[in-house]
Amino acid sequence: MPKITYIEHDGTNHEVDAAVGTTVMNAALDNLVPGIDADCGGECSCATCHVMVDGNWIGKVGQPNDTEESMLDLNPERQENSRLSCQIKVVDELDGLVVNLPEFQF
Amino acid sequence: MSEVQPLLMVDCDPATMPVEQIDVSQRELWAENTKWDFFKRLRDDAPVHFCPESLAGPYWSVTRYADIMEVEKNWETFSSDPTIVIEDPDEDFTLPMFIAMDPPKHDEQRKAVQGVVAPQNLKVLESTIRTRVQNILDSLPIGETFDWVDRVSIELTTQMLATLFDFPFEDRRKLTRWSDVATGSPETGVVETEEQGREELYECLDYFTRLWQEREGNGQSSDMVSMLANASATRDMLPMEYLGNLVLLIVGGNDTTRNSITGGVLALNENPGEYAKLRNDPGVIPNMVSEIIRWVTPLAHMRRTALKDYVLGGQEISAGDKVIMWYVSGNRDERAIENPDEFMIDRKRARQHLSFGYGIHRCMGNRLAEMQLKILWEEIQSRFHFVEVVGEAQRVPSNFVHGFTELPVRLHSI
Repeated sequence: MPKITYIEHDGTNHEVDAAVGTTVMNAALDNLVPGIDADCGGECSCATCHVMVDGNWIGKVGQPNDTEESMLDLNPERQENSRLSCQIKVVDELDGLVVNLPEFQF
Repeated sequence: MSEVQPLLMVDCDPATMPVEQIDVSQRELWAENTKWDFFKRLRDDAPVHFCPESLAGPYWSVTRYADIMEVEKNWETFSSDPTIVIEDPDEDFTLPMFIAMDPPKHDEQRKAVQGVVAPQNLKVLESTIRTRVQNILDSLPIGETFDWVDRVSIELTTQMLATLFDFPFEDRRKLTRWSDVATGSPETGVVETEEQGREELYECLDYFTRLWQEREGNGQSSDMVSMLANASATRDMLPMEYLGNLVLLIVGGNDTTRNSITGGVLALNENPGEYAKLRNDPGVIPNMVSEIIRWVTPLAHMRRTALKDYVLGGQEISAGDKVIMWYVSGNRDERAIENPDEFMIDRKRARQHLSFGYGIHRCMGNRLAEMQLKILWEEIQSRFHFVEVVGEAQRVPSNFVHGFTELPVRLHSI
């Protein structure tokens, strides 16, 4: 299974095994990684699963689509490498992915 | 054919009446709190339901969680313009506000003020909120009956709003009044006439225009008036647009949390087992806050207007139709929420409720609301063994503001 590392705002690391086909959001929830609220349950409608994709990975993860962009755009803490983790599907190519969690979900 | 008298829902049996005759917008259902079985009937038998005739004209009701989500997400089909409530705006008194706009203007105006309630800023505000909550709770009488709505719910949310606007503190009850007037009408008894309501809102505009003028060019201040007066997206707003956005922020920060504060006390009294859980484990408070917000659903609906034809739940909605998302029903939808008619403070996935809405119009102040409620309950638990409801709750007779005008309580200290 692909490994994903979530880094909390205070630096705490959580490395989890994520099943191919799930989302980066669900992999966090299933493994009790704190800092992802996922209020809408993965519908790309609340932006409370915001992550910042670590530098080397943004190319593989890709850019947000229009719907995701419209949600991210309203987040004052949005960065260039911001994504909603419910919209990142876990695939083999993402083995080793590192994402950073914001201090607050908006 | 002669004019048919409208059927009064309060005289009907929700389980057996012809489903096409149901009109959940009728005020009596809300004043008497008897709407629940009508919504259950709609969810089961006609989840996307057309009501051809009502005081607010013809409208669609969307009552299931998943269908509401579908409407929320599709802002290109379901517009928030010209209004987000079931009644159409008066043509000679329109109040533009960003909640009732579509992108791109909505995004620009929202961004101008949302920073003030963003989590970063809330961290700064937390100790102020806590001190204010403590002062309010310490001023309450023990063992005497008083109105929780007035002494706590209104007082706390109004103080908060005055802080966010940097509004003169001694005049803060004006904010409460303007909030009531903005959502009230002669029918709900808040004002005598529509004219009187408008005059009071013009007073609100005058008052805030003075604050605007004082703060123009003062771009460093982080109160919402300074932000509006100085942000490029909002500094050229026309007076009515300023008033519209003020009303949005005042109502958004006032009527909503006020009713969650009251509704939480009522829910815990109606569910003594849950109150016991709270006493045993104050750690449950953050989760309880979400459950209270679901349970109360302080805004019962949001309205959209279809810009194009669309098939929702097998029903053909036409361009121009009024579409009402009944949050109050989606939050009780057994298809999306387990045992939705039970108030459970340790509910799993309690954050997944519709009360803040979803999509680009999702409540901007959601984190502030949660923080206020969390601090309030922490401070209540460290002082009082029991906030006892000792009389009938009085409800707002509105299908939009879903809340309370009065709740008599008596406090028992620890």
